[in-house]
Amino acid sequence: MSLNNQLKNQHLMWRAGFGPAVEQLGDLSKYTPRQFYKALVKASEKKPEYINAASNYLDGLYKGIEDAGRMQKKEMNATDRKRFQQENRESIRNLNMLWSYEMVNSAAQLREKMAFFWHGHFACRNLNIYYQQGLLDVLRRNALGNFGTMLKEVSKTAAMLNFLNNQQNKKDHPNENFAREVMELFTLGRGNYTEDDIKEAARAFTGWSSNLKGEFVFRRFQHDAGSKTVLGKTGNLGGEDVLDILLQQKQTARFITQKIYKYFVNENIDKERVEKLADKFYNDGYDIGKLMEEIFTSEWFYDSKNIGAKIKSPIELMTGIQRMLPMKFQQDEALMLMQRALGQILFYPPNVAGWPGGRTWIDSSTLMLRMRLPQMFDDKDEFNVNPKMDDDQMMGQNMKLNKGFEKGKGNANVNRPLIVDIDWKLYNRNFESVPRESLMSSINNTLLQVKSQVKPETIKQFTDNSGRDNFIKTATIQIMSTPEYQLC
Amino acid sequence: MFIKRKEFIQIGSLATASMMLPKFLRAFEGRTMVPPGNKVMVILQLSGGNDGLNTVIPVRNDLYYKARPKLGIDKSKALLLGDEAGLHPALSGFKELYDDGSLGILSNVGYPNPDRSHFRSMDIWHTASNSNEYWNNGWVGRYLDAQCSGCDKPTQAIEIDDVLSLSMKGNNLNGIAVRDPKRLYGTANEKFFKEVNSSHLKDGSEEPVDYLYKTLAETMSSADYIFKQSKLHPTGAEYPKTGLGNSMKTIASLIFSEINTKVYYVSLGSFDTHVGQEGRQENLFKEMNDAVKAFVKDLKANGRFEDVMLFTFSEFGRRVAQNASGGTDHGTANNMFLISGGLKQKGLINEMPNLSDLDEGDLKFKVDFKDVYATMLKKWLNADDKSILGRQHQYLNFI
Repeated sequence: MSLNNQLKNQHLMWRAGFGPAVEQLGDLSKYTPRQFYKALVKASEKKPEYINAASNYLDGLYKGIEDAGRMQKKEMNATDRKRFQQENRESIRNLNMLWSYEMVNSAAQLREKMAFFWHGHFACRNLNIYYQQGLLDVLRRNALGNFGTMLKEVSKTAAMLNFLNNQQNKKDHPNENFAREVMELFTLGRGNYTEDDIKEAARAFTGWSSNLKGEFVFRRFQHDAGSKTVLGKTGNLGGEDVLDILLQQKQTARFITQKIYKYFVNENIDKERVEKLADKFYNDGYDIGKLMEEIFTSEWFYDSKNIGAKIKSPIELMTGIQRMLPMKFQQDEALMLMQRALGQILFYPPNVAGWPGGRTWIDSSTLMLRMRLPQMFDDKDEFNVNPKMDDDQMMGQNMKLNKGFEKGKGNANVNRPLIVDIDWKLYNRNFESVPRESLMSSINNTLLQVKSQVKPETIKQFTDNSGRDNFIKTATIQIMSTPEYQLC
Repeated sequence: MFIKRKEFIQIGSLATASMMLPKFLRAFEGRTMVPPGNKVMVILQLSGGNDGLNTVIPVRNDLYYKARPKLGIDKSKALLLGDEAGLHPALSGFKELYDDGSLGILSNVGYPNPDRSHFRSMDIWHTASNSNEYWNNGWVGRYLDAQCSGCDKPTQAIEIDDVLSLSMKGNNLNGIAVRDPKRLYGTANEKFFKEVNSSHLKDGSEEPVDYLYKTLAETMSSADYIFKQSKLHPTGAEYPKTGLGNSMKTIASLIFSEINTKVYYVSLGSFDTHVGQEGRQENLFKEMNDAVKAFVKDLKANGRFEDVMLFTFSEFGRRVAQNASGGTDHGTANNMFLISGGLKQKGLINEMPNLSDLDEGDLKFKVDFKDVYATMLKKWLNADDKSILGRQHQYLNFI
């Protein structure tokens, strides 16, 4: 595979976005990666619109709380509470759908991809829709902005404060969870602070809390105003001071840069290169946009060893397919079901450390499902996988898996044909001028970032050769069903 | 003997020791091909946080009835295990096992600094990490790493499910999830996948694509192997036609075959009974009771009950006090059932929960679940528990 502009731009689109879109195919070989990146940056400049997925019921409820101003006292009975939880759950599902839609359709690919990275970095589980969409908004607004600003904003979200138990962090009764994760996972990384630093930092964060509406509240009387020492700095430190101290540490820049390099470039890090990037990131005052530009416009980013070196996450895989093949799911639940079965549900990271990624995405079940997915989209296969329950998400309710799906027989073997409408015309158009004998390699080059080990003759055994369009369609489905397509 | 040597040796050192005793083996022949001594572990996960206090009921403890005026199970309804404790009325089969000396109950099992999120606490149980550590692989998976380094199909650990649990994922190897051996076989044998599998260049490189092909190859050979084994000696016994009933039947058929599987994993749920606990727990217990009862009967009939250890666990127990909706909320320490014909300690192995010494309304743990794992690994599976669990834990005496 020669390193032409098409391959390089596809590489860029997979890493700085969710893969090339069908409407971009014609442009991939026309421009240099630098030009392509410039366009990506431009498309991501506009401030993102706040995604509101809360149901009318919840909006009404929260307005009531606001008016009365006595939310603490508002006691709910069991029925109300159940409905409250259910509406929250469904709203978070809608938030998932709305954001997934942005990932597929937004021109601001770079921003959404960065926000998705931060979504895994500032991983948070929370069953309150307002908290979740508030945090998402912080991540999308700051995705390419300043890391320090984002860190401070995230640290003040109700989502994170609640998830990490900071509402229980009070003077004389400190809860260290928040302080610990801020250091271990958000800034320095393990081994770069002491247990004393955590204890002292926890005291600085006492009183950081939120109200039921999800706004940050500083509870003065719960705050420990005594002297603290964090990483060698002593004073009557507050939460903001601690975050500033963490940002002053070069290690924070190093930790974040390393994670970004692993995620966007290659799991195997080039130490010297990361160190240089971290220097620059630190000296630029944690400007994320500048760091990403440095990476995506460098020569080495397009080295062949970095291309196709990454296993797509379930979200990247599903979003990538949808960008290439414009499609409409007839069942609302389809995307959720696939996210669950493949092991990555937006807004439900496994824990505060986020999704570990890489090879952990792959086991026999997920690999087989990944390879069957394109066939399911093409009606050739049934979705007969029962994903595991997530009790945090289900709250003991039975899963309504069959909503919108045709009824299967029995419980253990539920056959759920996915009903998907794919607009093949838009896709096929791109191959109009390709001579028949080059079609296979042209499709291969469009879809894959590594050289396929599956021979064209093998694929051809499974294609429909009754016409050009049918051939393109079936070859595409088959190529998407290979191990190679799992890589980007 | 008809056992393939390679498979036989993989089963473990206990098996090789008994190989020297052909007469002894013959005495146990019949439908069973695999000789006694091949220890098997069956893990039954009760997902959602089972309410341990209504499972093994402290029937003489006033504090229990005080905390649960509505939800407490009356002594007259419980299936009494001596004076102190009684089982949930739906667990009649477990009572029989108790009478039979093949049920052990470990109370107050948990870990320090308990987490009340389902997912996080389940993570901790699956990985065997401390509650402030985030590990990406599970304890059974790491057992598999140790047991199957360089082997071609990681079938030493099988989960009866469509999706693989974290506990089954190792550093280098993953267990395999199969709900129905026939269906997995069918999928894996689709012509396209077979062709793709044979396309792999196998040039010894270790790029991500090679990892994918390796997983594909393992899946196909495992699917093949499991399916063939499942047909070797399919059990003819009656099992309830429930999800768990079917799973236990599949496990029994595999145990009776020549398969090299040492660990089976299966889940039942959801036990997350915030609301309307009574009916839900009873239904789930009925499913568990009937399936386990049939399984034990089948094992006994085939002379394998001494070699199989089934244990249950849940990510946490529930709070001592009932809530206002006829349910209970997330708690901490919990009990575990141990079921085998080879138990050294039987019945109530340790003391019942102390309800007068609570931590903000929650039980305090006395036994670390990682000690249970270490005991199973070391004493049952004859494995190096320290390297698998990353630390030396204490051994318990039930084996």
